[in-house]
Amino acid sequence: MLEGKIALVTGASRGIGREIALTLAKNGAFVIVNYNGSAQRAEEVVKAIREAGGDGVAMQCNVSDFSESEKLVKNVIAQYGRVDILVNNAGITRDNLIMRMTEADYDAVMDTNLKGAFNMIRHLSRFFLKQRSGKIINISSVSGIMGNAGQANYSASKAGLIGLTKSLARELASRNVCVNAIAPGLIETEMTDALSDEAKENLKSLVPLGRMGRPQDVANMVLFLAGDNADYITGQVLHVDGGMVM
Amino acid sequence: MLERVKEIIEEQLNLDNVEITEETRFKEDLDVDSLDLFELVMSFEEEYGVEIPSEELESLTTVGAVIKYLQDKGVEA
Repeated sequence: MLEGKIALVTGASRGIGREIALTLAKNGAFVIVNYNGSAQRAEEVVKAIREAGGDGVAMQCNVSDFSESEKLVKNVIAQYGRVDILVNNAGITRDNLIMRMTEADYDAVMDTNLKGAFNMIRHLSRFFLKQRSGKIINISSVSGIMGNAGQANYSASKAGLIGLTKSLARELASRNVCVNAIAPGLIETEMTDALSDEAKENLKSLVPLGRMGRPQDVANMVLFLAGDNADYITGQVLHVDGGMVM
Repeated sequence: MLERVKEIIEEQLNLDNVEITEETRFKEDLDVDSLDLFELVMSFEEEYGVEIPSEELESLTTVGAVIKYLQDKGVEA
């Protein structure tokens, strides 16, 4: 389905990003597994990709850093010549009630989740324009749509990603570059593992399908948006949340 | 230099049989939008190995202005 395509997935050493990388690779894409701190786990993802008959490579980069992101892009273009699919997935949380949220908590979350996506798109955009094709998929969150107490920074960053998605969808549409966002709901990852049982139960009660989602559910949507079947879809926010938002 | 610059413009904008002189204006005469202009600049950068900062874009409204800019940067015809 994605044979011959080069995909770059940020924050792909674990959680949803890991599943996205595996899924794109299993469907034929060569996947650049970006990670920041977890080198070993990124290598494990690459190993899993190869065991599944796919191919990919791990590349370190702190996407919140403008010049580091530029280096990553230059490196990728120098080695592989192009990027067809960019998945801005790297994301962190620093949850706290607003009166206790530090400036550092706010900045860290915004820098990785929102500026990280900007950085990657900023440096890759000229290649997408030139190619006259490309799929950019930003991983937002249900938090960015309905808000979540204790996540002012996180939801602001995820709502920001939606604005970024829509503006760029308009800006790049004439060059056949599609930009979409996915808003996952409550998905079983380390990020949600960190929530208290009570918080999880509360959130689960908001899901009409009555259960948490799996990373694979999100990866399936990425696979769809990354492929030719989604060529006429741009500027959208696709919900993968068991009906949590409708 | 005009010949090569013309070729790049024709190639980038898919133009055929359009008269391009130094006086030709990108926006008014060639119907170039901001993305086209950005891509043209990328092509010039690649061809001539110079970097054209975004701030300069506003002043590069005609083919002649581009040629003069490149010459000022030391590009030889």
